[in-house]
Amino acid sequence: MDLHESADEQRFRAEVRQFVAANLPDDIRAKVLGFLRVEREDYVRWQRILAARGWGAPGWPKDQGGCGWNAVQRNIFEEECFTAGAPRQMPFGLSMIAPVLMKYGTPAQKERFLPRIVSMDDWWCQGYSEPGAGSDLASLKTRAELKGSHYVVTGQKIWTSFAQWANWMFALVRTDASGKPQRGISLLLIPMDSKGITVRPIKTLDGGYDVNEVFLDNVEVPAENLVGEENDGWTLAKFLLGHERTAIAGLGMCKRLLRRLKEVASTQAKHGRPLLQDPRFRDRVAQIEIDVLAHEWSLARLISLEQAGRGLGAEPSMLKIRGSEIQGELGRLLMECAGPQALPFVDEATVFGYEGLGAKAIELNPLAGVYLDLRKVAIYGGTNEIQRGLIGKSLVAL
Amino acid sequence: MNFTFNDEQQMLADSIGRFVQDEYDFESRRKRLAAHGQSAPGYSEALWTRLADMGLFALNVPEAFGGIGGGPVETMIVMEALGRGLVLEPYVATGVIAARLIATHGSEALKDGFLQRIAEGKLRVSLAAYEPQARYDLHDVSTRAERHDGGWRLHGAKSVVLHGDSADWFIVTARTRPAATAAEGLTLFLVDAKAAGVSVQGFPTIDNQCCAELRLDGVTVADALVVGAVDQGLALAEWSVDQGIAALAAEAVGCMERLTELTCEYIGTRKQFGVAIGSFQALQHRTADMRIAVEQARALALMAAAHVDNNDRATRRRAASAAKAMAGRSGRFVGEQATQLHGGMGMTDEMACGHYFKRLTAIDMTWGNSEHHVELYGDFL
Repeated sequence: MDLHESADEQRFRAEVRQFVAANLPDDIRAKVLGFLRVEREDYVRWQRILAARGWGAPGWPKDQGGCGWNAVQRNIFEEECFTAGAPRQMPFGLSMIAPVLMKYGTPAQKERFLPRIVSMDDWWCQGYSEPGAGSDLASLKTRAELKGSHYVVTGQKIWTSFAQWANWMFALVRTDASGKPQRGISLLLIPMDSKGITVRPIKTLDGGYDVNEVFLDNVEVPAENLVGEENDGWTLAKFLLGHERTAIAGLGMCKRLLRRLKEVASTQAKHGRPLLQDPRFRDRVAQIEIDVLAHEWSLARLISLEQAGRGLGAEPSMLKIRGSEIQGELGRLLMECAGPQALPFVDEATVFGYEGLGAKAIELNPLAGVYLDLRKVAIYGGTNEIQRGLIGKSLVAL
Repeated sequence: MNFTFNDEQQMLADSIGRFVQDEYDFESRRKRLAAHGQSAPGYSEALWTRLADMGLFALNVPEAFGGIGGGPVETMIVMEALGRGLVLEPYVATGVIAARLIATHGSEALKDGFLQRIAEGKLRVSLAAYEPQARYDLHDVSTRAERHDGGWRLHGAKSVVLHGDSADWFIVTARTRPAATAAEGLTLFLVDAKAAGVSVQGFPTIDNQCCAELRLDGVTVADALVVGAVDQGLALAEWSVDQGIAALAAEAVGCMERLTELTCEYIGTRKQFGVAIGSFQALQHRTADMRIAVEQARALALMAAAHVDNNDRATRRRAASAAKAMAGRSGRFVGEQATQLHGGMGMTDEMACGHYFKRLTAIDMTWGNSEHHVELYGDFL
């Protein structure tokens, strides 16, 4: 056992920290750390800065144009980027469809799509959930029928993050309804500018529009855009879920929120002294920081075990649950920092550079929205109840 | 970082694991407890000797004094195994605190006088740092030491001294100088239990162990038995308790993990409505939360092991308080859930469940409960 970061790991952390400090544009950092709206162009700009450094695809193997980093390095990289205020690297291309293409894609698909994921010439979205298929994903009903050289796709997807910015969607569609629900699902790559696609934004509790409904009405998708075998999409979907399972922990976000919480709690006053010195509030901040530490050490432990060749079972579900609970509590505490200033919510003030009414207190403006929005972490990626079910089943032999 | 055991660590884990398996099945433990009744020492001399023969007390003693020269990781491995077995023989105060305190901060004479005997399991030491009025405040010390005849004379009382009834020596804090602040003017002494003026009244604890109230009425202590510098005792007392906390945090992990296993086994076999109650989602989700609680406690027990011998006080204190706060909170959660999932059986003394719950409760209330350590942690925000 060696419970300290190795010299190599420390060097790597310092290198990442230096690079991000020197190269992250100030306006992007201000948007991210201030919980302001981050635009499509911001994500692309930062991704291209990373790609120029050779860090565009941390999780990919070297021979595919990636960094070839191990899980420890990826974790350090993510943590440093997040705490410094970098926007997250969009996972839909990089860590969702890309690994699937590497394993199951045709040479032509790889050649066509992989480079454009790193350069972010393509923005991918994930067409999985449907109104009737949430946790029970296999019950999805969007139909795809092969007619000549095209699949004709009709149905509806929902909760599609950033569909409004995407030019590609990887979608699970039903190509055979005769057998078990898991059979007869296929994975299709669908251009978002296809005729018959309508994207309807869904306004969420924070006033944002990150998620969408996507309607597909007789959309023609070239047959060559099928990934893997027809009716074998469930295998691919499971492979995708099994990829980078420890990344679900959200430790970087936890640390960013914690740092922000301590800043805001130091500047806001209660009874004439900083809120952070109020015994009640201080105990809660101490408690959540202890939780973040436990989360950090748990993640490091599980990554280490995985690297030592011990397969992970239901452990990543623990990371998902804890990560979401911690983010939820941090969001709650951040909002409570604002006190009565949690009430005003000026939509325009969530845009970088706002100088209108109430601009002085404006750093508090988004905090209630942040609190409300963070509830989603316990819901997406497999609800916490689904995760608890997985853990419970792994524990109780019946 | 690397969280896998090396060969020596694996051997250590295996050998203690075997001891626990052989000697600490629940029924044997219950029989021994019944045989002890409430009489001192409340544990088995024969098993104490076996632990010593296995080299457990040599673990934290440097090799130059007949020890093994292990560290916090090895201590963690031992404690976790002892926790899984609810081992009654007291280990922490002697094998961890006294051994590490004397080896790290003791004079050469103290090392010569104590370490070899500790390593051989021939001495039992208790930590007597808390007083009746002090709750968990190490600096709240009324016991005083006055210069006397080229040495010291101690007057005062120490409260809930764990295993004080069977101790040969006590580590005692006493005020050597009336000071402007409570943090100054304390000194750490080793006090012989057989010295004139020492009186010990033993009694059982909630978790079937023993403790004592200690009175010191003009007890003479030689200069040579001062640990560290005169008037600088608080930092050492704090350091000593942190060594103990790191050990207890690991013991709590062992307790919680075993209790979670036992609970899952129980609900997997107990039938109601014609099915195992473990098939019910409401119960499965509780076991998931228990498993998560164990993981959180384990994570911070590891962090404590990483930092407990750090020379930077803040780094060490922060890790110890975080680990102890989490051990307390997780232990309480796991204990309460386990009792609930065992139903009426969880309330009986006949099931292992309650004994784990009691030990976890005792660990929380020892050397600062969860709330206390969250408060201490707040100093480092």
